[in-house]
Amino acid sequence: MTKRTIIPFGPQHPVLPEPIHLDLVLEDETVVEAIPSIGFIHRGLEKLVEKKDFLDFVYVAERICGICSFIHGMTYCIAIEEIMKIKIPERAEYLRVVWSELSRMHSHLLWLGLMADSLGFESLFMHSWRMREKILDIIEDTTGGRVIFGSAKIGGVRKDIDDATLKAIVKNLKSYRKELKEITDVFIKDPSVMHRLVGVGTLKKEDAYELGVVGPVLRASGWQSDTRKLGYAAYKNINFEPVTEKAGDSYARCSVRIKELFQSIDIIDQAVSKIPAGPIEIKVTGTPDGEFFARTEQPRGEVIYHAKAYGTRFLQRLRVRTPTFANIPGLLKMLPGSNLADVPVLVLTIDPCISCTER
Amino acid sequence: MMEEQKRIDIKPDELPAKVSEMHSSGYRLVQIDCSGTGAIEINYSFDKGYSFVNLKLTIPSVDTEVPSVSAIYRNAFLYENEMNDLFGVKVKNISIDYKGNFYRTTVKRPFNPEAQS
Repeated sequence: MTKRTIIPFGPQHPVLPEPIHLDLVLEDETVVEAIPSIGFIHRGLEKLVEKKDFLDFVYVAERICGICSFIHGMTYCIAIEEIMKIKIPERAEYLRVVWSELSRMHSHLLWLGLMADSLGFESLFMHSWRMREKILDIIEDTTGGRVIFGSAKIGGVRKDIDDATLKAIVKNLKSYRKELKEITDVFIKDPSVMHRLVGVGTLKKEDAYELGVVGPVLRASGWQSDTRKLGYAAYKNINFEPVTEKAGDSYARCSVRIKELFQSIDIIDQAVSKIPAGPIEIKVTGTPDGEFFARTEQPRGEVIYHAKAYGTRFLQRLRVRTPTFANIPGLLKMLPGSNLADVPVLVLTIDPCISCTER
Repeated sequence: MMEEQKRIDIKPDELPAKVSEMHSSGYRLVQIDCSGTGAIEINYSFDKGYSFVNLKLTIPSVDTEVPSVSAIYRNAFLYENEMNDLFGVKVKNISIDYKGNFYRTTVKRPFNPEAQS
């Protein structure tokens, strides 16, 4: 029997922006088992609902993650709005879609850059992040923030975007298509990139479902599942089909995210063409009494906010199940059989956000 | 209303059978969570084709042992370890049991002060 070695991977590692630890059991250079450890930065933000007014907690929810901050805030708002049976203005629903898709675009571009960096392809990393800057500029112009938007609120949104600016955003995004295609084509067609991704870390269709993985990881294994199809915000009025791939390998996960970049431009285009005039928020009175599981699609997949309230200004419980938490079992399935050198790339293909996971 | 959410109350001894039923019906386990400080409410949530079903189990205190469902749904071990570390809920026969070391919190069972003693 080949001698087994255990190699600790993380929580500090050059490719990991955030701390996750894996004990990798190896036979020669091949991984045979991986045991994860998280909890290095557990913040206990969920516990704060017991001390923060339910209206103010949106600020905390947005700070759960520095990448999909808007969607966190929005999902919390949806949970409370569903409990309180609040119907927000239609214009606010469309604005939520626009900011959600901009979040998805900057997150996927961030991921593409990190992926290129993990492959040692530094120029591709810089080009990906150069494009991300353009999306961040749009976010900054429309919200005043680049990381924390501060635009979600219970009862609607805090800020409007005038119609001329919305049209200019669509025009700019469409003009980025050519550059985006040039950059993403390198991920799709370059032999040196393909060599590191094709056939690496395959997650079979049945395993993906069985292990409860979500988002691009699930769709890359052939499942047409996207929480946006639930129709929250204005997604019920948007025509789109979830992007899927069949192979379930690292290349498929990369392809799904690339196609979703372009899909987000189409969704924003549709939203801008359909957005009605009108108010962006309604006044919220009373306190929540009840519970709801709000589900939305973050760039990394389905997030669930379970809010439970008993008619006071403080919730009794808020539980956030983040997509990275759901994707860890999938990662543990992908790793056995892979080469030690591929482990950093494989970990990145689930687009781990430990900040969310440790909430 | 965004979506219909079906909720079913269950008893501890019904848990494995009900979860097996969900599994054989093709539902995926989307999350397990806990709430409460005295009596503990545990929610097992499932999804199939955007249809959300929640099994709600209430136990009188954290001293009541709950059977693990990790043999039925392999991803359940993460949620079950989390319940143990944050609330002190005792889950029996978890496939990968971290025995209280999943989260490195300075305060043990931080979400349930009654379970700290």
